[in-house]
Amino acid sequence: MQDVTTEKKEYVPNIVAFCCNWCSYAGADLAGSSRLSYPANVKIIRVPCSCRVNPMFVLKAFQRGADGVILCGCHPGDCHYVTGNYYTRRRMALLFSFLNYLGIEKERTRVEWVSAAEGARFSAVMNDFVKTVAALGENKRLTDLRCKEDKNDA
Amino acid sequence: MLKISKEKLNGLYSKISASMPLYMPLKKAGEANYGLWADGEESALGVLKTVKSPKDLFFPQSETMMKFKTEGKSIEILDVREEQKPFVLFGVKACDFKAFDVLDRVFLAEPVDTYYQSRRSAGIIVTLACSRPEESCFCKVFGIDAAEPAGDVTTWLDEKYLYWRANTEKGNALTESVKELFENGGEKEVSAQQKKTREIIEKLPFSHLDLSRFKPENLNELFDASEWESLSEACLGCGACTFVCPTCQCFDIRDFKTNEGVIRYRCWDSCMYSDFTQMAAANSRTTQLQRYRQRFMHKLVYYPSQHEGLYSCVGCGRCVNKCPQHLNIIKVVKTLGGKAHD
Amino acid sequence: MRDVELKMKERAAELLKSGEVARVIGWKKGEFYFDPEPSVFETEAELENFVYNGFCGANLSKYLIAASKKPGKTAVFLKPCDTYSFNELVKEHRVVRENIHVVAIECQGKLDISKIKKLGADAVTEVEELGEKVKVSSLYGDMEFAKEEVLLEKCLCCKGKEHKAADETIILHEMPETKNDRFSGVEKLEAMTPDERFAFWKGELSKCIRCNACRNVCPACSCVKCVFDNPNSGIAAKANDTEFEEQMFHIIRAFHVAGRCTDCGECSRVCPQNIPLHLLNRKFIKDIDTLYGEFQAGDVPEGKTPLTDYRTEDTEPGKVFDAEGKHA
Repeated sequence: MQDVTTEKKEYVPNIVAFCCNWCSYAGADLAGSSRLSYPANVKIIRVPCSCRVNPMFVLKAFQRGADGVILCGCHPGDCHYVTGNYYTRRRMALLFSFLNYLGIEKERTRVEWVSAAEGARFSAVMNDFVKTVAALGENKRLTDLRCKEDKNDA
Repeated sequence: MLKISKEKLNGLYSKISASMPLYMPLKKAGEANYGLWADGEESALGVLKTVKSPKDLFFPQSETMMKFKTEGKSIEILDVREEQKPFVLFGVKACDFKAFDVLDRVFLAEPVDTYYQSRRSAGIIVTLACSRPEESCFCKVFGIDAAEPAGDVTTWLDEKYLYWRANTEKGNALTESVKELFENGGEKEVSAQQKKTREIIEKLPFSHLDLSRFKPENLNELFDASEWESLSEACLGCGACTFVCPTCQCFDIRDFKTNEGVIRYRCWDSCMYSDFTQMAAANSRTTQLQRYRQRFMHKLVYYPSQHEGLYSCVGCGRCVNKCPQHLNIIKVVKTLGGKAHD
Repeated sequence: MRDVELKMKERAAELLKSGEVARVIGWKKGEFYFDPEPSVFETEAELENFVYNGFCGANLSKYLIAASKKPGKTAVFLKPCDTYSFNELVKEHRVVRENIHVVAIECQGKLDISKIKKLGADAVTEVEELGEKVKVSSLYGDMEFAKEEVLLEKCLCCKGKEHKAADETIILHEMPETKNDRFSGVEKLEAMTPDERFAFWKGELSKCIRCNACRNVCPACSCVKCVFDNPNSGIAAKANDTEFEEQMFHIIRAFHVAGRCTDCGECSRVCPQNIPLHLLNRKFIKDIDTLYGEFQAGDVPEGKTPLTDYRTEDTEPGKVFDAEGKHA
């Protein structure tokens, strides 16, 4: 029997944001203390530097149910470790292009540079990314059904 | 004996799959493998060797054994086993069919592997005789007649018709359900084809391998043979031979942590892998030579010594075709097998 | 080709006899003409089964990781494309250069027995190379193919006939240049919509049986312990339990060899399911060429690779897709 009372809930994407400790994470902090809002469905993972993000982290985020993954680091030239984000830039440029080549929508992945002083920018970037991913809908192409299954059981 | 013209085969597949799942060789992305038939799928019934063997249908490459649900400190164990509904496995060649016998003796011996057993008893096997064996085939060495496979139903395929003969009760029941598509006849064509096939098999380069030295009493001598070194030196330690093999039956059991619990699954393992014998303290096989030797000793010496001399190789030749560096069981047999090769 | 084989055999015997090298890595005869296997020869007597023909496509450089750690020098026969892998291994300190004697050999393009069989030749008993033709004898009759039809994928996109490493060379005939349009397959995929690309790769990758042949044959995959074999990595697996694992294995593998992959084509040669793995690696090569300037891994045995290097003016990841309209 069809349950007519259940209305379809508004789709809220799961977003994982890898933020570097020195700039972007501080940027997120500033956004918070400045009372600027960014969506609650953005889950921030603090990393020592954006170049700590192994491509596997990105894939695992998708595996565990992320619908979009965003990497935030210091602006090029401002890396706390001098050159870390330059390597990130190359790696992620290649990885994201490759994911797109496999047919994974390119809008699901993004790299943004956010400094510790850019609380407003952090909030704007996150709002925009969430909007973009929400428009795409659920991630079905790079996801592990074993993790989905028990989500439905629950 | 019954026959059905080749043009009507899709109708036969539809008819069978209307009542139960039908698994058969399908061509997908250029390669023939067993898969679930559905309208629009491309049949690969005429292909001599699928890349993977049909053992997947009874012993899948990976299968969930149980699930754990954790909440706080409590763990709930969920049994995922369900009663298997009957299914048809169509187009099994004589060698692959014989391989089920090899697997049965492992999985159906006490303690019975219930996962395997439930699939095995639900399967209705329709075999297909070979008519164009190739150079890597050597089923004759193991006493298999590729022109007359057993199974619940045996079929033969030629340019025009598929010939059909039920052998068992299960086979008869399946035949009844599709009988309207068939006409009678075909005995003459089938025996003519069989004769031709057997003639070719006689001429195949590996049809007369000598296995006489692979006996339990020669175990130590074979184990210590110095030839293993040159036989195994180019081995990359990949699992291609193991995973295309219809009789390899080793598996590993692993846990996968989902977001809210744990899935315990088993998956095929390969004795060619470096961590195959990894234990907490150490690994008992540290070189590729030892791993390589294990695979062939198991097939040709250990297994027969436990199962009335039955070799755990059926001569399908898949490993001969698929080894990246062209190492294979033929070279092992020719080097160590018997007087005929000395 | 026969004269090249004889010359190689003769040279191998000399090297072993003089004691200059302790072992020679080459190929030995198989059961047929078309299945030679890589082999280590340590005595002159063993050279009896030495062979070099159109089916010696295997890249022997990976065997040098183990061989260069053994006492004494190792001589190895390398075709032009194999020397790139060799240089890359030397660059990464996986092979000790001083312990290797590279004999650079002639290559007229290598043949693919599985292509021959796909073209309808069953029960092949003999193959003969007749210049631009390949004659195949089988129990069901003889067939003839144009050589180009049955070349290995890697030979259709030959990197050229120049050896990038050599201590001596054995070249008796002119080696014709083959046409090189190695990115055409990648471009074809790039021109598709994401949905089409996804469907294509899903079809291909779902064939993967996770036998690890691509990884184990790959000269760039030289990790002592692969992340997929390491139970502490959290992603170790022996089977593709879901579609995700099919994707993950191949994405991580291709990424890990990006900038180091010389496009030697061994992965595609050995895949039992004939997955066009070269199309994964070539995408990275093409992107690297477009974004960071032409780069050929293994060209030289030293220097940085594109992923261990950077420029302050590098393209932003988001801009990559803008190049040429939509795709880098």
